[in-house]
Amino acid sequence: MNRRLWLPALLCLLALPAAAEQRTLKLWHSYNDAEAKALQDSIDLFEQQHPDIRVEALSTPYEGYASKLTTAIPNDNGPDLFIFAHERLGGWAKAGIVMPLDKKIDNSYWSEFFPETIAPLAFGSLRYGLPLAFKSTALFYNKALVAQPPATTDELLKVAASLTGNGHFGLAYQADNFYYHAAWYIGFGAEPLDHEGVAHFDSPAAIASFSFLQDLSSRGILPSEPTGSLITRLFNEGKAAMVINGPWFVGEIDKSVNYAVAPLPIVSATGRPASPLLTDEAVFISGRTKQVDDALLLAKFLAGRESALIRATEGRQVVANRLAWEDPRLANDALLQAFRAELPTATPTDNRPEMEDVWEPGLLALKKVLRGEATPAEAARAAQRRYSIIAKPTPPKANPVPFIVFAIALALGLVAFAARWIQSVVKQGEGKNAVLGWTWVGPGMLATIALIFVPFAAGIVLSLFSHKNGEYTFVGFANFLDLITAKGFSLFEPLSFYYALVVTVAWTVVNLALHVGIGLSLALVLNRPLLRLKGIYRVLLIVPWAVPNYITALLWKGMFHKQYGAINGLLEWFGFKGISWFGSFGTAFFANVCANAWLGFPFMMVVCLGALQSIPRDLYEAADVDGASSWDKFRHVTLPLLKPALVPAVLLGMVWTFNQFNVVYLVSGGEPDNATDILISEAYRWAFARQEQYGYAAAYAVLIFVLLLGWSFVSQRIAKAAEEGR
Amino acid sequence: MKRLVSKVWPHAVLMFASIVAIYPVLWVVKMALSSSQRLDSSPSPLPKELSFSNFVAVTHTMDSAGHWLFGRQLFNSVAVATATTVVGLLLACTAAYAFSRFRFPARDAGLGALLLTQLFPGVVMLIAMYRILSMLHLLNSLTGLTVVYASTSVPFSTWMLKGYFDTIPKEMEESAYVDGASRWMTFWYVVLPLTRPALVVTALFSFMTAWNEFILASTLATDERYYTLPVALQQQVGEFHTNWGQFAAGAIITSAPVMALFYALQKHLVGGLTAGGVKG
Repeated sequence: MNRRLWLPALLCLLALPAAAEQRTLKLWHSYNDAEAKALQDSIDLFEQQHPDIRVEALSTPYEGYASKLTTAIPNDNGPDLFIFAHERLGGWAKAGIVMPLDKKIDNSYWSEFFPETIAPLAFGSLRYGLPLAFKSTALFYNKALVAQPPATTDELLKVAASLTGNGHFGLAYQADNFYYHAAWYIGFGAEPLDHEGVAHFDSPAAIASFSFLQDLSSRGILPSEPTGSLITRLFNEGKAAMVINGPWFVGEIDKSVNYAVAPLPIVSATGRPASPLLTDEAVFISGRTKQVDDALLLAKFLAGRESALIRATEGRQVVANRLAWEDPRLANDALLQAFRAELPTATPTDNRPEMEDVWEPGLLALKKVLRGEATPAEAARAAQRRYSIIAKPTPPKANPVPFIVFAIALALGLVAFAARWIQSVVKQGEGKNAVLGWTWVGPGMLATIALIFVPFAAGIVLSLFSHKNGEYTFVGFANFLDLITAKGFSLFEPLSFYYALVVTVAWTVVNLALHVGIGLSLALVLNRPLLRLKGIYRVLLIVPWAVPNYITALLWKGMFHKQYGAINGLLEWFGFKGISWFGSFGTAFFANVCANAWLGFPFMMVVCLGALQSIPRDLYEAADVDGASSWDKFRHVTLPLLKPALVPAVLLGMVWTFNQFNVVYLVSGGEPDNATDILISEAYRWAFARQEQYGYAAAYAVLIFVLLLGWSFVSQRIAKAAEEGR
Repeated sequence: MKRLVSKVWPHAVLMFASIVAIYPVLWVVKMALSSSQRLDSSPSPLPKELSFSNFVAVTHTMDSAGHWLFGRQLFNSVAVATATTVVGLLLACTAAYAFSRFRFPARDAGLGALLLTQLFPGVVMLIAMYRILSMLHLLNSLTGLTVVYASTSVPFSTWMLKGYFDTIPKEMEESAYVDGASRWMTFWYVVLPLTRPALVVTALFSFMTAWNEFILASTLATDERYYTLPVALQQQVGEFHTNWGQFAAGAIITSAPVMALFYALQKHLVGGLTAGGVKG
């Protein structure tokens, strides 16, 4: 053996067994910044104490984190442990995504935590997950403006009203978010879900809470369109005296603000404390992990006193471990103590899967009240109606036998057809051609079939099932029936297939008209002979095309914001009043169209420019000789010669716009009340919100496909007729 | 007077359009260069300060093992987009050539099938794609992403290239055959070089699509070391608040390479895009 290789080889041999013994645990979370760092510090400590275990922590973007877990874990690609709020527990326990811990942990161990943080982690009769921290909202107040935090809602109204006016607001919170409103909702005596898992937005207590909101809003106490960043800014500038927010808000407050945190006031009408929703963040063990003991060890460590202290002091978490609070560092921390004080009055968010159906109707009611377009009772009725559409029970099971028989017959038919076809090809002596052609085409087609056709076929099959929280039921054509009949509700309101179809068609037509109109006009101007600076203009005008379209969409959403958007900034600069763009259908639709027109016109411009350049100049000269006006030239020379390039571009653009998900979903997000949603964004909502009703979403997709297919036949006819008529 | 007006108005129109086109972009630049994380309400698109803290924060991320995460994610994006372009283009150009030149059974059916794919709404395919890649053990892998992107780019690229092949006269190929060249050699050495404008544009489209995609990328990768830049960018948009400054800086870093590429190749854009279309 070569001498120089000898030593490293020996070292490798020695190192091998040690490396093999180190086990790896995967942990997923969605923490950022200080919380993420505190978690990592805890993990480092754990690795020091357990050198044979390595922990791979992965921070996942919050958006889509839940659906990632629900897809990854059942497919064995998930983590061994993950940190998540308790809210989804019900569905996950049913689907076997999380592991019950009762048999694995001593009964006495649970006393290490506040009992209020254990209860939300139970589903059925079993406990899942160890609590890490809890989050609820509380009242932040600027000490310079508010001497004593209000104890009741009557006091709150009085104090807040006295501090309102001149661009100052008595109270600011995200009033259009049901998570925040729930504190009043429960305080007025309503329940988000009754014990059978049904919501009642039209109960008297619920309506009373909406009336309270109307009171706050109509008196101008609340800023309109209160987004998180607006609230932060108002509070930092001393323009909001009180803010309802959670512990995450602390990091955003400027050091110059002298503030304190108090519990939410008592609702004067009922004498009950306003009860914010409690989010219990816990570490769960995957139902599919193969390293149960190691995972348990890590979970216990993370929930334990040592890690809790790190997470509380560094990550500023309100930790669930009772023992940690005995440490003077936490005992003397006024801020953390203030949030801890909310624990007895807070209501844990219901962990049953039915809770997912509550948010959207709740939001609808709040927005209607805040926009002042409905009385509290009307808003409550609208919310209840929306709720009954979304939460409509799963259709009854259908008999799959006829479908299976049909599928087998179809498969046999296809095989027979293929065999006959091959036979006839060979008979006609075309076999050689077929082999040649399909060897060249084959690889590309194969890729297309495997990753486009097969998934779509799977989608078609899926459309015959109903899916809620990991449970599939075969329902036959029930999804299509629901779609076509708008689930038995009005055909002409948002969420009805027909309504969305009309919006989608209007969306497509308006956008295409603008794309072609703007693109063609600019191309005509750019194509003028002897125009100076042509190159620079062209470079600037294709900027929108080069920017990734999800960035464009988020950008335009920001620009259309009521308070800090550039569009309203410009309007005000010219002396107009700012508009609440997403408050009504017309303006929200306009905002979407603006964004999409902006990102789409350069494509049409470039297509037109190319086609214009290929038109021979002498045609125009000949027309000049004949004394044609510029309109005549455009009408009889330019347009006919543009058509062959423009028609395919328009047809392609039509399909793209019809399915332009990013812009609609990110700019207006369907506001107001899903009125601006197009078919594809509606389908997405059914698939990834609203209890993940994949089957219904798939039925949507199939119908969208059928519509486009039908349309493309029609348009082909039109194109052909136009060709022949020429 | 009339002559002056006719000289000035095109510039007025184009200048206005150009301002509209770049105004939002300037806004992002302003946000990225500020040291705060908030949106700014003033309509002026000019930066108020010159702080690079957002850029530094975005590019200096580390993974749990202490390696340079941003570098890795940048590499992922470059590798996936490049591989997608090469693989997708290879698959598409052979198919497009055959569709354009050969007459073989079920040719029209094949072309029609490719066109059909453009009508499929992507949303429902996500779940099934995930399953397929999971079965092939291609989750959390750059190969997996490349396979998906390349496959989904094939139909559009094939149609684009086929349109262009149709416009190239057949005479040159025929003379190559006469000289004894094989089909493949003719295609590779004679036809492809002539197709350059269309190849460039199609390549640009494939590259841009792969570079910008994030819904699939964030679903198919569960480990941040396999994220592409758009997925990393998405992380700035949080549950409770969005780091607008860092988002803007990330957006600029993510879009800069494609924009540069776009501009480097834009002179081909006009020809490559329409030459095929003219013939229909």
